[in-house]
Amino acid sequence: MSPYNYLYVAGLLFTIGAVGVVVRRNAIVVFMCIELMLNAANLTLVTFSRINGTLDGQIVAFFTMVVAACEVVVGLAIIVAIYRSRRSASIDDASLLKR
Amino acid sequence: MLEIQTPETIMFWILAPVSVLAALGMLLVKKAVHSALLLAWVMVTLAIFYIAQGALFLGIVQIVVYTGAVMMLFLFILMLVGVDASDSLTETISGLRPIAITAAVGFGGLFVSLIGRATIGHKPYGLEFANSNGNVEGLAKELFSTYVWPFEVISALLVTAALGAMVLAHHQRTIARPSQREQSIARFRTGSLAGAAGLPSPGVFARHNAVDVPALLPDGTAAPTSISATLKARGDMLESQSFELSEVDNTVTEEK
Repeated sequence: MSPYNYLYVAGLLFTIGAVGVVVRRNAIVVFMCIELMLNAANLTLVTFSRINGTLDGQIVAFFTMVVAACEVVVGLAIIVAIYRSRRSASIDDASLLKR
Repeated sequence: MLEIQTPETIMFWILAPVSVLAALGMLLVKKAVHSALLLAWVMVTLAIFYIAQGALFLGIVQIVVYTGAVMMLFLFILMLVGVDASDSLTETISGLRPIAITAAVGFGGLFVSLIGRATIGHKPYGLEFANSNGNVEGLAKELFSTYVWPFEVISALLVTAALGAMVLAHHQRTIARPSQREQSIARFRTGSLAGAAGLPSPGVFARHNAVDVPALLPDGTAAPTSISATLKARGDMLESQSFELSEVDNTVTEEK
């Protein structure tokens, strides 16, 4: 087996996450799908780090994890704020700007 | 040139399909809690992949940060927003789902073919040399020499995110909190006096005194206000009719 197989898995996971963002309606599930996409990107970074024999990919993956943690904190705070004002966690209900 | 040993191959061919299936299940299950559990499983498999690929530090961080902190945060918010708020799987925008799946198949195909093309004739190196002093030591050397400026910037980002979450969670009252006296006056001034003494408590006296059975009003009908709205939304409410005298088996069997 070659380490490139990890890249195929990461590609599949990223695609599944992207579909989830488009298809699911619950804001929290959409957010989890974004996390899945970030994780898939991390897997590619770690695999490329191994393929190229340097540790730079792992450093960037580490930074991605920190950014993802920040994103979760702020994003979930936004979801809770929206839920408090509209009593709904569905992304279809937050369409005030449309009308 | 990198040679991958058999144990890692076996591990990969077991865990890779499982993680992809778990990710697919995340899309298909209805309840958000189940999605969260499946995502936690995907993250654990990814941590195993990292450790198998020589990224020991990242594997540990993946488990501690993602499955530990981030998934706990997700579950907290799920509890706050309501576990019963399950997603309706009906399409709200017509034709969205076929378009999304077609686009995904196209994107996935493109991705796979791209990787296939880009890796023909390319020889992977492996991390033996880079990890020769230990993975954590190698990472620390890189992090505090080449990447020290991004490292500083990312600490500023963390502080900003914490501040942002505090600002978003802050809730300023536009009107004063009603006092107990004002609430009591408001209850008595409503149309009927039925609610003035507070809501009825659940349970059918001497028959089934649990919180999942609505109380009976004097005229024999069930009082839906005596049940918590969450129990009702979850469908965990029992009918108080099933505890009526005529329904309950009240024959006494004698022990011998």
